[in-house]
Amino acid sequence: MRYLLPLCLFLALGGFLWKGLDVNPKEIPSALVGHPAPHFALATVEDPHRFVTEQIFMGKVTVLNIWATWCVSCKAEHAVWMDLAIKYNLFLVGVNYHDDLKMAQQWLKAVGNPYVICIFDEAGKLGLDYGVYGTPETFIIDKAGVIRYRHVGSIDTQHWHSTLLPLIASLENGV
Amino acid sequence: MMPELGLFSLILALCLAGLQWFLPGLGLLKHNTFWMQSARPIALGQSFFISVSFLCLLYAFVQDDFSVSYVAHHSNASLPLVYKISALWGGHEGSLLLWIFLLSGWTTTVSLTQRHLPRPFLTRVLIVLGMISFGFLLFLLATSNPFVRLLPNYPVDGRDLNPLLQDFGLIIHPPLLYMGYVGFAIPFAFAISTLWGGDRSLPFAKWMRSWTLLAFSFLTIGIALGSWWAYYELGWGGWWFWDPVENASFMPWIVAIALIHTLMLSDKRQIFHGWTLLLAIVVFALSLLGTFLVRSGVLTSVHAFANDPKRGIFLLEFLLVVVGAALTLYSFRAKKFTNNTKIYLISRETAIVISTIFLVVSGAAILLGTLFPLVFDALTNQKLSVGFPYFNAVFIPFMIPVLLLMPLGPLSQWGHNVLGLVFKKLTWTLIFALFLAVGLPLLFAETVPLGVVTGLGLGLWVILGTLKWLFDKIQIKGSVMGLSKGALGMFFAHTGIAVLVIGVTLVSYYQIEREVAITLHQSLDISNYKIIFEDLKPIEGANYIGSQGHFLVFKQGKREADLFPEKRIFVVQGLRMTETAIDPGFFRDIYISLGEPLKEGGWSARIYYKPFVRWIWLGALMMALGGFFSAWGRWLK
Repeated sequence: MRYLLPLCLFLALGGFLWKGLDVNPKEIPSALVGHPAPHFALATVEDPHRFVTEQIFMGKVTVLNIWATWCVSCKAEHAVWMDLAIKYNLFLVGVNYHDDLKMAQQWLKAVGNPYVICIFDEAGKLGLDYGVYGTPETFIIDKAGVIRYRHVGSIDTQHWHSTLLPLIASLENGV
Repeated sequence: MMPELGLFSLILALCLAGLQWFLPGLGLLKHNTFWMQSARPIALGQSFFISVSFLCLLYAFVQDDFSVSYVAHHSNASLPLVYKISALWGGHEGSLLLWIFLLSGWTTTVSLTQRHLPRPFLTRVLIVLGMISFGFLLFLLATSNPFVRLLPNYPVDGRDLNPLLQDFGLIIHPPLLYMGYVGFAIPFAFAISTLWGGDRSLPFAKWMRSWTLLAFSFLTIGIALGSWWAYYELGWGGWWFWDPVENASFMPWIVAIALIHTLMLSDKRQIFHGWTLLLAIVVFALSLLGTFLVRSGVLTSVHAFANDPKRGIFLLEFLLVVVGAALTLYSFRAKKFTNNTKIYLISRETAIVISTIFLVVSGAAILLGTLFPLVFDALTNQKLSVGFPYFNAVFIPFMIPVLLLMPLGPLSQWGHNVLGLVFKKLTWTLIFALFLAVGLPLLFAETVPLGVVTGLGLGLWVILGTLKWLFDKIQIKGSVMGLSKGALGMFFAHTGIAVLVIGVTLVSYYQIEREVAITLHQSLDISNYKIIFEDLKPIEGANYIGSQGHFLVFKQGKREADLFPEKRIFVVQGLRMTETAIDPGFFRDIYISLGEPLKEGGWSARIYYKPFVRWIWLGALMMALGGFFSAWGRWLK
């Protein structure tokens, strides 16, 4: 019987790949949507002596972007945020995930910092609590500090205009 | 004319590939020797026509025949000859043809040199190879014909080859990588033939060993070249990114190491036949998966996959059929190949088996990390990085026990050992390794992180342990000349791994990467070097314009090197490229790449100090050398 095991494993993998072609993983449900943002208390990249908590989300619509210097897609996405953050006057909070403080600081200094605050999540604690799959990922949090939306992967302008921007606008208007 | 000849040859090769499994297969069923014997001439004929086809495409490239669509898309009249040749495998269709061409080369070698094998066994091997070739030829002809013409209105000149690819490393990187990938078809075919025949008394492991070693060595060089190319060409100073293309070649590589060692168990001790045969299947399955990942377009462009789903689906189906059939055969026949020989806990057998399990599990973890973002990417057009925190976290811990076991295996005996005796041989090795692992960094570096002691200690443990083994061996044999090629091969391969581990450890912990804004005549200190931005002047090349910086490298007041990094703008495609300047050294590289000119004056630049980075590729080359040595030694037997 145990000789069937490799075949079964392989068939499961093949089936998964095959089935994967029909599934739309954009619709990954997040258990966190509709719930208050989990608690954290972490230093910031700009000033490692300053600690922030989830209280910074209160009173304004926050765009929370998870990134890292080792993440190639994040480096590509960075230019998009530089543009959007100024254009729409976003309250954009970064989370520097599993990274090196020096490298993160150098990167932001070299190419520009689109974030109002950038949280330094060296151990990936915040990432774990927020259920981050990989970088980049983006959350939208409303004025009451409740997570309203979660986007896995990098943002493209089309998706920004069709989904994220209208959502932010409606949350801004206090709906 | 020539492209048509090439296409016609391909079609003939497809027919012969069909015959190569049909006729001898019938012969096996009917016990007809004549039909069985037909496998060899048919295989040679098939290889002949594939070579003709390959040469026709090569001819079209050399002659700038832009009426051939593939040539027009990947070459250009002003390219130097070497790049015209290497442009053949610069795109999808050509690299598949290269794949098939190399497979036919391996098949030819097998059918010419392995005539001493029992006839039914060799026949089955050639049938399996014929089936694989048939599948790929069908794929090439049905979805990716490289000889399609652009008639009657063909372009006068072709598109340029991507400037990133106009590089020596990339001329030889794909053929070597493919030599490795494709070469694993041979142990696979041998394994299938063994399972199919069901005769466990055949010395199949002995027959498979040199083929596996050869393919592994080619793959090692291929991977090392890719890493070296990424290091100096991409301008980030990284030598390994854990990106899916790299992982696609790394997974078969890591499992092939396990296979090489279980083959030894099968050959010398007649144990673990089932595990060996399974690994031979898995290695080739991973090679096919790698080809699927790289060639389906899933990786190069998400959209290519969506635009031409035929290719991806064909390859996926082929993968499922080949591997599915192989594993089904395995599940029925593997039982015949198991025996209940007692294995002693403290023995060379145990050391090898445990290491192979760790190697396979780490391969599985990499597979998981590679496939998840790819499936995600292909479906949503979104990029997601699992990134190296994951890969490092799953890979490094598995390698520590493997490295610990590496000297223990050779220094213990087959069968029963006394643990105390094995350790007694290695007491001084252990003490020296620990002493040096702490002492050397204390002497030369300011900080000694635990990771350095671990990595350096493991590397030294392997080097010193392997040296100890070599000296013992020389003492027994009486002289260095008495050493077998296999022993030398093992020595090079194991010390190669250690050199690589030391290189990786030291460069990871002691490298200094500065991303700075620097103005003319400004200087910068990095490690104990002083870098001065001396000059900047405009340059103009054949198909680009740009700027060239001049940097001086001083060490303690002494001028060590002049470096000229460049920023090039390729006019035709509007691409901006960084030409890195490196001052290489055995103990350190100084690495400078120019970024962009800054608004407030000056340039952004990456200035890196990379200690021991060359040891990574040196170690890989030593492993490949060891593999070739062992294969040679086995060949002579």
